[in-house]
Amino acid sequence: MDLVESYKDEMRLIDKPWKGFWIGLLLMALLLLPWLGDEYMIYMVSLVCIYSIGVQGQNILIGYTGQISLGQAGFLAIGAFTLGHLSRLGVPVLLGLLGAGLAAGLFGLVVGFPCLRLKGPYLAIATLGFGIAVYEVFVNSQTLSGGRMGLIVPKFSPLFGLSGSAFYYYFSLLIGVVFTLVSFNIISSYIGRAFIAIRDNDIAAEAIGVNLTFYKLLSFVVSSFYTGVQGGLYGLLMGYVEPNMFTFLESVTLFIAVIIGGLASVEGSIMGAAFVILVPHIFSSYKELVPVAFGISILLVLIFEPLGLYGRWLKIRLYFRNWPFR
Amino acid sequence: MTQLLQYLISGLSTGSVYALVALGLALIYRSTRILNFAHGDIATVGAFLAFALLGLNFHYTLAFLSALLLGPALAMAFYFVILVPAQRRGASHIEQITLTFGLGLILQGFISYFGGTEPQVFPFPLSDARNWQLGGVVLDELSAGTFLIGILACLVLYLLVHKTKLGLAMKATSENLPAAQTLGIPTRRILAISWGLAACLGVMAGLFVAPAFMLDPVFMLGPFLKGFAAAILGGLNSLPGAIAGGLIIGVVESLMGGYVVFEFKNTIAFLIIIVVLLVRPEGLLGTEFKERV
Repeated sequence: MDLVESYKDEMRLIDKPWKGFWIGLLLMALLLLPWLGDEYMIYMVSLVCIYSIGVQGQNILIGYTGQISLGQAGFLAIGAFTLGHLSRLGVPVLLGLLGAGLAAGLFGLVVGFPCLRLKGPYLAIATLGFGIAVYEVFVNSQTLSGGRMGLIVPKFSPLFGLSGSAFYYYFSLLIGVVFTLVSFNIISSYIGRAFIAIRDNDIAAEAIGVNLTFYKLLSFVVSSFYTGVQGGLYGLLMGYVEPNMFTFLESVTLFIAVIIGGLASVEGSIMGAAFVILVPHIFSSYKELVPVAFGISILLVLIFEPLGLYGRWLKIRLYFRNWPFR
Repeated sequence: MTQLLQYLISGLSTGSVYALVALGLALIYRSTRILNFAHGDIATVGAFLAFALLGLNFHYTLAFLSALLLGPALAMAFYFVILVPAQRRGASHIEQITLTFGLGLILQGFISYFGGTEPQVFPFPLSDARNWQLGGVVLDELSAGTFLIGILACLVLYLLVHKTKLGLAMKATSENLPAAQTLGIPTRRILAISWGLAACLGVMAGLFVAPAFMLDPVFMLGPFLKGFAAAILGGLNSLPGAIAGGLIIGVVESLMGGYVVFEFKNTIAFLIIIVVLLVRPEGLLGTEFKERV
């Protein structure tokens, strides 16, 4: 859209002064939220922060690398239960989250390896199978899932004299922002370009020197690492984990968030996460109709706006920038 | 021995349901390269319509027939109203699959809203309480009926695909769409008929699953996923493969449940697919083009 004069310009995240202003304003609003909103709003925004991590991971896999996955719930469950068991053993939370991400990433490697040969629908089914298998393992194994009542994740005491919910909110926000920065950097680095090359044409990518095996696996690992961290944070926020939090529906939710937010855009992932959290909230009196709202949005997005919410946002922005011309 | 026979029989009966589901999926995949994620939900809609009509004291034949008509009507409407416009706008392969996903969600939501989420007993002319003793092996009416109808449906589909002009047109369309169009085959209508037929098979499977379990909005999820597994096992673009895959998964599942571990009965189907995809990605009888990377 805009003229890029040097490589440094291309690499800059904040490419226009106004963008810096708006992002600063948004961050300020997010930081002040505990004083502006009530408990429920803080809770919702924390959920959006947590989900945006997993959706970004899923977007790196689906949107950037073009590998469809319907088994994210499995990675979520692995992350959440890893964090639960680690924190019950007395491991500090940040290390626990790292462990959750690493455990999920390890399983991402395990799943990614057989999936190297698969494409499109076959890959969707194989990953779907993984998600369901993980769910069943947790349902049927008392030692892993902590019995019928689920696994209680010990709450960690809030620091800096903040209230519990505000502290969890800041914690999720911090981790969400860190992961957003990481995804922006992954995407604009060599790795991200390799991912995009694989998505656009894997044989051509291989021909120009992208190591397909390595980068496909890397994409799987990165995406499952993100999802594992999301699972861990979710468990922390809820205070307990049980297998029924991670059914096939959860994979569907992450998948929908990517599609509606916009394939191959980090901002879109955050918008998609906000969508899948806030829409059920709006429809809370008609809970059964939430899937209908999701489904109709998918149809509308795919037929009229394949770039998703982010594409719509770009168009609105362009309209105002060029106003009154079009 | 009798125990083994018993497990085989129950496996074949559930396997024929999986085969019906898998046939529908393979039929659509073969002609349009789309995996229909709404397959189970269309079947659920059909079963719920039959349930509602039975509640209004309609006769079984009438209720079931209207269910078997509603499913195809929905699928064809989806094909014409959503899929064709999306294809005209150049929707990619993954996007088309996602569209079926969206349809599934919409149907799922409406079923929960209008049909209720509580499990209900589905009245059926065949019952699994009435059974015959055949030398120690118990054969109940419902499983026998399921198996027979499954075989019959497969047979009819086989005749339709291999012995009629419609079947030939379907084959031509799936093998080479532009060539089929050039030869004057109304490919869009043929594809719509494929979608309708597939939905019909799905609803049929749904009508036989509903009395065996309880009727609730997600009752088809399990059989649908197993049907997927069966279709992959047999080779996604092969119709005989889908039948074979369905029966194999049904029997293996029943044997696993009986002899090894009951809890992981449902996981076994997915382990089978992962192994199949690793060893022979095109499935037992499939001939999918394989690409070396």
